[in-house]
Amino acid sequence: MKQTIRDILGKHGGLPVPVDTLADDADLYAAGLSSFASVQVMLGIEDAFDVEFPDNLLNRKSFQSIDAIARAVSGLVGSAEAAE
Amino acid sequence: MTVTVGNGLAERAERVSAVAAAHADDVDAKARFPREAVDAMIAERLLSIQIPAALGGEDASLSEIAETCSLIGQSCSAAAMVFAMHHIKLSSLVSHGAGDAWHSAFMRRVADEQLLLASATTEGGIGGNLRNSICAIEIDGDTCRLTKDATVISYGAHADAILITSRAHADAASTDQVMTVFTKDQYTLEQTHVWDTLGMRGTCSDGWLFKGEAPKEQILPKPFAEIAAQSMLATSHLLWSAVWYGIAVNAVSRAQAFVRAAARKSPGVTPPGALRLAEAVNLLQLVKSNTIAGLKEYEAAKADPDRLSSMGFAVAMNNVKIASSETILAIINQAMLICGIVGYKNGTPFSLGRHLRDAHSAQLMISNDRILGNTSNLLLVHKQDTSLIG
Repeated sequence: MKQTIRDILGKHGGLPVPVDTLADDADLYAAGLSSFASVQVMLGIEDAFDVEFPDNLLNRKSFQSIDAIARAVSGLVGSAEAAE
Repeated sequence: MTVTVGNGLAERAERVSAVAAAHADDVDAKARFPREAVDAMIAERLLSIQIPAALGGEDASLSEIAETCSLIGQSCSAAAMVFAMHHIKLSSLVSHGAGDAWHSAFMRRVADEQLLLASATTEGGIGGNLRNSICAIEIDGDTCRLTKDATVISYGAHADAILITSRAHADAASTDQVMTVFTKDQYTLEQTHVWDTLGMRGTCSDGWLFKGEAPKEQILPKPFAEIAAQSMLATSHLLWSAVWYGIAVNAVSRAQAFVRAAARKSPGVTPPGALRLAEAVNLLQLVKSNTIAGLKEYEAAKADPDRLSSMGFAVAMNNVKIASSETILAIINQAMLICGIVGYKNGTPFSLGRHLRDAHSAQLMISNDRILGNTSNLLLVHKQDTSLIG
């Protein structure tokens, strides 16, 4: 999952540094993720994992790091599977 | 919502408003700083009302500050805008500097000495996007240094301290920003642009080359991205809206006075402007409701950083700004149509030229196009709130 997140970040994150240089817990905002790009990353992730972020996850914290995104996505994928 | 204005705040604001009214035309004509009004704010100790009581302030809520902005805005837009901008800066200190020794001590100084705070977020080369910086703060041991080509620092020459944004360090990304407080004795300003504008002439928002050096503890301990999202964005849109509402209120008062005078002259005949007045009052109520709803939402979210930095909150605050900045122009235009040539003319009791010119700044200070662009991006993932009461 984290590799997919990294691919999406690389494609849509508009980061001034290569994603490979960032640790899973690195602060993406400090690395240069703008609020505009964070929305593009969210869209990419919604598409890749076939999930929809509820409003309570649409904040800076959920997209602070690759770990944080993975946690948010895991929660959503988990609850989608549970519902099926 | 009832806004209770404590500690005689309304009376104090009214006294400032009266001073501001006496000098508003001169401030506008000469594009000069509203010195008399700001001195009156200092005499009434209005510059520290937002600061916690424990640090010498009065714990005023944002709604109380907004009411004060509106009262002063009914007399002099520039004085009200200076007051609003000062409190927007102060909100960043109160929200993000309270746990920190230097910034707490500084807030006490602001209260004791009634210091006026200015803002330097705009920079040559970034095109008005305050969430980007080119300049970087340089940290050298315990000292920090900053040089910034600040294309706008409102009342920069009259401020006692400037809160200024920059990249967090020399290698930081353009969005990795911090905000630092520099006091007047710690910087020099070299003028680069002159503020000679259509309206809001008294804010003296000249351009300056800023050069400062201070102890590094004066850098606010939170990333500017959080400060912007959690205090600056909301307080800017709400306090500006309060100032704009004040301008529109005064325009409508003048139009109403005009219609009443006409009605008294010919009892039994409804004056031609009466219908337009009803329309203007209707629009004015929209701006008022919109601003109050925004203030209510802010007060409810205030204690919750997650809610303050949520997309729904950003969309709501953006909408408050868009609606009030657009609607006041329609209101003042109606007032002008009602008053006719005596409204168009300067120096009459019904003059509206200054109101109209000042109001035109509203759509431009943070361009509405930029704000709508930001909202439209958020709406790609944010789902709308379909409830009425919320």
